Amino acid sequence: MEKAISITENPFAKTNGKGKDIKEKAVVGITQIAVILIIAILVVILGIIIYQGREKFSWEFISSFPTDGMTKGGIFPALIGTFILVIVMSIAAVPFGTITAIYLTEYAKENSKIAAAVRFSIRTLAVVPSIIFGLFGLGFFIQFVGTGMDTAFNDGELHWGQPNILWASLTMALLTLPVIIVSVEESLKTIPRELREASLALGATKWQTIKNVVFPGSISGIMTGTILAVSRGAGEVAPILFTGAAYYLATLPESLSDQFMNLGYHVYIMSTQSSDVEKTMPIQFATTLVLLILTLSLNLVAVIIRSRIRRRAK
Amino acid sequence: MKDTKIEVKDLSLYYGEKKALKEISLEIPRNKVTALIGPSGCGKSTFLRCINRMNDLIPDVKITGQMLVEGVDIYDKNVDVVNIRKKIGMVFQKSNPFPKSIYENIAYGPRINGIKDKAELNEIVETSLKQAAIWEEVKDRLGDSAMGLSGGQQQRLCIARTLAVSPDIILMDEPASALDPISTSKIEELVHELKEQYTIIIVTHNMQQAARTSDFTAFFYLGELIEIGKTNAIFTKPEKKQTEDYITGRFG
Repeated sequence: MEKAISITENPFAKTNGKGKDIKEKAVVGITQIAVILIIAILVVILGIIIYQGREKFSWEFISSFPTDGMTKGGIFPALIGTFILVIVMSIAAVPFGTITAIYLTEYAKENSKIAAAVRFSIRTLAVVPSIIFGLFGLGFFIQFVGTGMDTAFNDGELHWGQPNILWASLTMALLTLPVIIVSVEESLKTIPRELREASLALGATKWQTIKNVVFPGSISGIMTGTILAVSRGAGEVAPILFTGAAYYLATLPESLSDQFMNLGYHVYIMSTQSSDVEKTMPIQFATTLVLLILTLSLNLVAVIIRSRIRRRAK
Repeated sequence: MKDTKIEVKDLSLYYGEKKALKEISLEIPRNKVTALIGPSGCGKSTFLRCINRMNDLIPDVKITGQMLVEGVDIYDKNVDVVNIRKKIGMVFQKSNPFPKSIYENIAYGPRINGIKDKAELNEIVETSLKQAAIWEEVKDRLGDSAMGLSGGQQQRLCIARTLAVSPDIILMDEPASALDPISTSKIEELVHELKEQYTIIIVTHNMQQAARTSDFTAFFYLGELIEIGKTNAIFTKPEKKQTEDYITGRFG
């Protein structure tokens, strides 16, 4: 090969234009700096949290109640509260989101106005700031639905018309709904048309086809959506600020109408409302570390499942 | 009438504004193999998909004229498309087994029809697989995933799956176009055996295949039916010049 080129003039030889070379290098350099910066930011954030949180982080810390006006002790009730929140939220949001996604991908006609309206609503919901959801939850769930329930069933006695787990979870469910809908939709779309046709050609109805062919194929998508929603819900504070999170509770919640403690809210409280912010710093960092481990590991699971779906789609 | 299974009268199909099938009229005889041939885009597959109303799935499709199966217009308002598809099975160009076990693939149709009895299902699975000449190859691994079968086996499995709902008519849309020659000849043999019991309509690109497997051949061109007749006649002395040109390879 080399010989062949050296006989005539090499048409692929480097051009003399030095300027072009410099430009090329500059672009590569800028992109590399950007990438390194991103990684550096992540490393610094994680590094500080892990370094500062490690001394307090222990099984003891996770499994015990806060003591001494929350300047000592653990975060057990906040952890449990967060779990209850995401579970109730998932029970509300996953079926609702899945059904919506099935409607959008399976039943809605391509140029349907309703489907377009639903899609627009979902996109809009996804960009609404989370504090707005919190205010909506306060206004709608607590003051409208809750107070209405009290008036109707409790002779006006205050029971549902105040912040509690149920309202906080439902508010959070609204926030996470777009995440679930989009990821279920994405996985429904990976079921090839050929399989749907095979089922229909055997005399299956549309619903039978969805139930037996489409749905089993998209279980992993529903799981991804759920996990992403849960990890989002576990980390958000704004929607539960007014709708159910408590500053401090001496006992664990016993029913859906109780308030609850929450990891994210706990960090916020500890860093702004604590009697001694300096002293509680290790607790704050350790709580943040717990929250971070929780959401990062959930996201990791979601990423793994999603990559498996992608592979199947190919 | 007794020998006509399907009678098509002035059937036209529009994709939006575009007329893809133009006033097709033909008769398809019972328990024979009818091949639909013609160059790509001539409407043969579209026509095939009219017979079990698969085109219903495509938005903006409008169909006029009549498609009489056993004298009943399947596009009549009182006809349930689900019942049509149980009577008129379809085998697709690309084998499309469900990502389930071999057994579950065959049992899918009967189950949908409400058959729950295990013994009955077992029997249907066995007979269907035998009819599709794949029983010997899979009888020891019915629980294995159908995705592990070879392309040719998958296609015969799909044929068995179609047979399991006991249709009268089987539509085949280029069933062997993605298969190697040995698998193709197995499918062709199968078609030959199945016509004893079923009316078969097969779309094919492969002229030799049409000549080998079919009793009747219909030639489509640009959405029109140019001619239909006994396969022998079509391939030896076609009436229309266009048919002759296509068969002798002058275009297509």
